[in-house]
Amino acid sequence: MSDTALLIKNVDKFYGPIDHGVHAVRNVSMDVKKGEIIALLGSSGCGKTSTLRMVAGFEAVSRGTISLKGREVQTFAPVKRNVAMAFEGYSLYPPLTVKENIAFALKSSRLSQSVVEEKVAYIAKLLEIEDILGRYPSSISGGQQQRASLGRALIRDADLHLLDEPMGQLEPQLRAVLRGRIKHYIKERGLTAILVTHDQTEANALADRIAVMEGGQLQQFDTPQMIKERPANLFTGTFVGEPPMNVFEATVSASESAIAFGLNQGVKLEYAASDFSPAVRAELNKHQKVVVGIRPYAVRRSEGGVNARVSVNQWLGDQTHIAADFAGGSLVLVEHDRTDVAIGDTIAVRLDPASLHVFNGETGVAVSHGQELA
Amino acid sequence: METTSTLEKSLRFLALSLVVIFFMFPIFWIFLMSFQTNETILQIPPSIVFTPTLSNYAALITGKLTTSAGTLDIAFMRNLGNSVFLSVTSVALSLVLGVPAAYAFARHKFRGSEDIAFTLLSFRFAPPLLVLLPLTQYFQWLGLSDTYFGLIWVYQLICLPLILWIVRGYFEDISADVEYAYRIAGHSWFATFRKIALPLAGPGIAAAGLLAFIFAWNNFVFALVLASADKQPVTVGALAFVTSSGIQYGQIASAIVLSVTPTLALALYAQRYLVEGLSLGAVKG
Repeated sequence: MSDTALLIKNVDKFYGPIDHGVHAVRNVSMDVKKGEIIALLGSSGCGKTSTLRMVAGFEAVSRGTISLKGREVQTFAPVKRNVAMAFEGYSLYPPLTVKENIAFALKSSRLSQSVVEEKVAYIAKLLEIEDILGRYPSSISGGQQQRASLGRALIRDADLHLLDEPMGQLEPQLRAVLRGRIKHYIKERGLTAILVTHDQTEANALADRIAVMEGGQLQQFDTPQMIKERPANLFTGTFVGEPPMNVFEATVSASESAIAFGLNQGVKLEYAASDFSPAVRAELNKHQKVVVGIRPYAVRRSEGGVNARVSVNQWLGDQTHIAADFAGGSLVLVEHDRTDVAIGDTIAVRLDPASLHVFNGETGVAVSHGQELA
Repeated sequence: METTSTLEKSLRFLALSLVVIFFMFPIFWIFLMSFQTNETILQIPPSIVFTPTLSNYAALITGKLTTSAGTLDIAFMRNLGNSVFLSVTSVALSLVLGVPAAYAFARHKFRGSEDIAFTLLSFRFAPPLLVLLPLTQYFQWLGLSDTYFGLIWVYQLICLPLILWIVRGYFEDISADVEYAYRIAGHSWFATFRKIALPLAGPGIAAAGLLAFIFAWNNFVFALVLASADKQPVTVGALAFVTSSGIQYGQIASAIVLSVTPTLALALYAQRYLVEGLSLGAVKG
C-alpha cells in the first residue's frame, strides 16, 4: 500500500443543484502523505471548511473522488471512514462532563477502562484542562470547550485527524504553547492531520505543507517556505506574510543592458540586465503589464534609492514598521531597530532585485521570483 | 443590580395578585360549586358559606343522576376513561410518527420538504366543521365511524402538526455538529438520533406532547359527530347534564373538576422536565 493517507481528486462542491447552485469548492485536488500535517489556509468562505467536511463525510461530494488509504470513500457514511474531527463550534455533548466527552471518543475502540483513563489524563495534561475534567460543557469557557473538543479528536487513533479552527478561541500565549505540544503529539504518534485555519502563524508553525484556498480554488499547495518564497500567484503572495507583501502595478521596459519597471506617478525602478537571469529577462520581455511585489522585510533604506515619504512609523517593541507613500500607493518596510524617521520625512528605499516578485498583470500568475522563473 | 423600593414591591405584588385572582376565580368558583347542591348554587344572593356535599361526585361515580324528574343513567366515568384512552393513544401515535418526521424535516432538506411540512401544518387551518361532513361520509363507507381507531386517526389532525412543528424547531436548535461529532466517533445515523438528538430535544418533545394532549383532551366536535355514547370523551359526555328537568350545575362543576384533574396532574408532572430542559439549553458553544 502506498503512503498516501488522503487523495482528493478533482473535487467540486455545489450547494444546491450541480452546476447551478453555489460553487463552493472548485476542482480541488491534493494528496496528503501519511504522517503529514496539512493546513488549509484561507479567508472565510474560501471553501476550506467545505473541503474538510467532504473528507469527513458530512457534505456530499458533487463531483470528483476522495480516497482514504487507497479506497474511495466519497459515498461512505462518516462512521466507515475512520477519521476524527475537532469542530469549530466545539460540539461537546451537553449532558456529559468534559472527561466523559473525551473518553466517549474511545468508546467504539473497546479499550479497557484503565487505558482510557490513562489516555484521557495524558491528553488533559497536554491541553491543560485537567482541572475542568469533571465540569459540564455549559459551565466552562469557550476556550476550555475548544480544548476539550480538540482533546476528543486527538485522543482517537484515526487514519486522519481533521481539525477545524482548533485554536481560534484560545489566548495567544496558550495558543503558542499548545501549537508546539500538539505538533509534537501528532508527529510522535505518526498521525496524519488536516487543519483548517485562517491564522497563517498557526499554519506556518504546525503544517508541513499549506494549501492556500480562495474562491473555492486551491491557489497553491506547498511547504510554508516555498509559499513564502515562491508564491504561485498574486493572491498567495499578498495573503501569506505579515505584514503583507507590497505590490505595485508596473509596465516593463527592457533593453540589452537594463530592465526598468515603470510604476504609477512616474516612479521608475531601474536594474541592470545582469540583475536578472537570461530566462527571466526573456520572460519579462513578453509582458507589458505586470505587478511587482516585495516583502516588507526585504525593503532596505539606502542612499541613491527611490524616494518615498513616510506616513507611519510604529515601534512594535521588537521591530519597526514604516509605511511610506510610494508610487501612488503605500510601501511598508520592516526594520529590526527603532528607526528615527519622522512622519513627513523623505527616505530613499532600494527594492533589491533578488527579492522582487513579478506577477502577470492580467492573470496574477507569478512570472519570476528574484533571479528565477516562477 | 437595582434595588427595588418597598412601594414598588408591594405594587408589583398587588398587580400580580389581581391577575392571579382574575384568572383563577372561575376555577375556584367551579371548585366550590362542585360541593354544592343545585339549590345552594342557584340561591340569590350567592354565598360562599354552605354545607359541602359529596353528592355530585357520588352521582358521577355511581352513574346515577337524580333529578326532580327521576333518576337518569349517565356514563361519566366511562367518558372519562374514553378521554384518557383517546388522548393518550393519539398523542403516543403522534409522537411515534411526528418525532422522526420532525427530525427529517429539521436535518434534511429534500425536494418538497418544505411543502410537505407546510401541508401538514395546514391541517390545522381547516375549520373542523368543514372537514366533518365529508369525513363522516367517508368514515361510514370505511366502517370507521364510531370506532376508537377512527377517532384516534382523526385526532392525528390535531396532534400530529402540533408535535411535528414544535419538535422540528427543537431539533433545528441542536447544533448539527454535535451529531456529526457523534457520528464521526463511529456511530450510525440511527444511534445518533437515539442517543444525541432525542435526549437533547427531550424537553421540547415533552412540551409538544403535553400541548397535544391538552388539545386532544379538549376536543369536542370530532367526537360529537364521529362517536356514539359509549366511545364519547368527557367533553361530549358533559352534554348529558343538560336534562329535561334543568341543568345540573353541581354535577357539571364536579365533572369539570374531575376532567381537569388528569391534564393538571400531567402538566405539573411534566413541568419539572420542561424547566430542566430550559436550563440544559446551552447546546451551542
